[in-house]
Amino acid sequence: MTATLGARPAPGRGRARARHRLTVLGFMAPAIIGFVLFFGYPLVATVVFSFTKYDLINAPEFNGLDNYAYMFKDPLLTKAIANTLWFVVVLTIARTVFALGVASVIARLKSGVGLIRTLCYLPSLAPPVAATLVFFMVLRPNGGPVDNLLGVFGIDSPLWFSDPAWAKPGITAIMLWISGDLMIIILAAILDVPQEQYEAAELDGAGPIRRWWHVTLPTISPVLLFGIVNSVILALQLFTQAVVAGSAGSGAADATGSTKYLGFPDNSTLTFPVYLYTQGFRYFDMGYAAAMATVLFVISFAVTIVLVQRMRKNSTAEEGGPGA
Amino acid sequence: MTATLTKPPVDVTADPEQPARKRDVGGFLNWVATHAIGLALGLMFATPVVFVFLTAVMSDDQAFTADLWPREWHWENFVEVFDKAPLLQYLVNSLTYSLLATAGMLISSIPAAYALAKLQWRGRNLAFLLVIGAMMLPPQVVAVPLYDTWSSLGLTGTLWPLIVPYFLFDAFSIFLLRQFMLTIPQSYVDAARVDGCSEFQALVRIIVPMAKPGIAATALFCFLFTWNDYFGPLLYTGEVKDQWTLSLALATFKGMHIVQWNSSMAVTFLTMIPAVVLFVFAQKSFVKGITFTGVKG
Repeated sequence: MTATLGARPAPGRGRARARHRLTVLGFMAPAIIGFVLFFGYPLVATVVFSFTKYDLINAPEFNGLDNYAYMFKDPLLTKAIANTLWFVVVLTIARTVFALGVASVIARLKSGVGLIRTLCYLPSLAPPVAATLVFFMVLRPNGGPVDNLLGVFGIDSPLWFSDPAWAKPGITAIMLWISGDLMIIILAAILDVPQEQYEAAELDGAGPIRRWWHVTLPTISPVLLFGIVNSVILALQLFTQAVVAGSAGSGAADATGSTKYLGFPDNSTLTFPVYLYTQGFRYFDMGYAAAMATVLFVISFAVTIVLVQRMRKNSTAEEGGPGA
Repeated sequence: MTATLTKPPVDVTADPEQPARKRDVGGFLNWVATHAIGLALGLMFATPVVFVFLTAVMSDDQAFTADLWPREWHWENFVEVFDKAPLLQYLVNSLTYSLLATAGMLISSIPAAYALAKLQWRGRNLAFLLVIGAMMLPPQVVAVPLYDTWSSLGLTGTLWPLIVPYFLFDAFSIFLLRQFMLTIPQSYVDAARVDGCSEFQALVRIIVPMAKPGIAATALFCFLFTWNDYFGPLLYTGEVKDQWTLSLALATFKGMHIVQWNSSMAVTFLTMIPAVVLFVFAQKSFVKGITFTGVKG
């Protein structure tokens, strides 16, 4: 790998190296500028804004730790954190288990694989707004398809997006419907498990379920970890489905979902990012929103580190051979 | 670790000349059970859209009832929604955002991915970690200062704050393109260098043609991501109705313009079509791209 520089018939090594550096810089320049402008600067600025009172019109005013102190007195923030934690736990478990289950079934199919894989994957490409409205219609308690189905068994349909107890499960159902990307990733990992391992287990007398448990699961565990981290990030960012389900559920989705309906019903869909958006861009309390953003940053940073470490472990395991 | 999903799993058991044994009955039942579950899963994923479609073609009155099957097929519902809201304007806005962003992404991300995948330089690993960090960052974290900046430039209320960043930096695309380029053997690049190609020529003549499937997948994801984006358009164009994208408009469609289920479902159905069409034409790219995001470290 180190031979790349020497491979170039350079007139002078120093000059070649300088030119190489310029080439790299040229290729990376837009990305470096973009990263600084759209990530570097705003990250620092968010932290700075979080120590101020700022309404976008008057100049920011330093107010120390006021925003952070207010967090402990804000019942809506407590509610938002509880909602997001609910999603981090339930959505992460449900999405990973569901995707693993569907992928395991598809992996065992002998015919019709392509069709069924496509059917399972396609919903994940739908716009999240559309997916939310699809479920809003399918789950509607007054004669929707699911209500019809439950009626056959004599069960009353829950009120879903109008009931604080059912709104979050409703959103979770949407998220499972659009989890096809994770399914495809897990399916690829399952199909990658070396066939010999199954044969060896079969010789030892292991049935299909024990083979799945003792061979498939351990082999694909890195991918499952990716699925878990990915789902946690998704849960931390949950915004669109919550806003759309809330404003559609309230029955009065006016332009962009007016403030009073975000979180409907009874703030049960008020996730952390939704509350951040409300404070920052509805009430224009930018300082408080920035403080919340700082908290969100610290948490997602911690989650990202878990993922990066897993990737490092993986790549050191893979890059055993001589550099390609 | 790169699984090609393009082929179904190798079938080792379906040998027609296999002698009939007792085990085959169990195997057959197993086959039936597995395929029944598989079929049920496929239907479970498909039926919501079927109901959306069936509701969309119902009459105004019937759409309010508990009926699942339309008595009459009102195909004109798909046309009439264009009169109820300026959908064409929203479509143009959505296409502007998605196409310009995708074009910008290709210009900025291909060279960066090449530098991260095929060039040796100090700080490369750190740069790649920063790309991953940016990719994982919830968009709400940086929203306050960015909105502040765009607002002082007088560009809030337009789609430019969403489009411009793609011409410089898009973390997910750089990540995905790098993963694809890593699979191209280094020897091709080295050979090009020996032949006297500059790095730029090596990129344009060797890497880009070889990475075409990866570039296609990345472009598809970028197009769909922007097409589906809700937070961005809401943040910057929420107050300016004639700048709304389809996704943003759809969110307000139920309840605002019309209360009829058939119309809102017709629009919902229409917004899902581009994804399906893109998928049908580029199924392999999609599956390969998705696999790369998760499996390849």
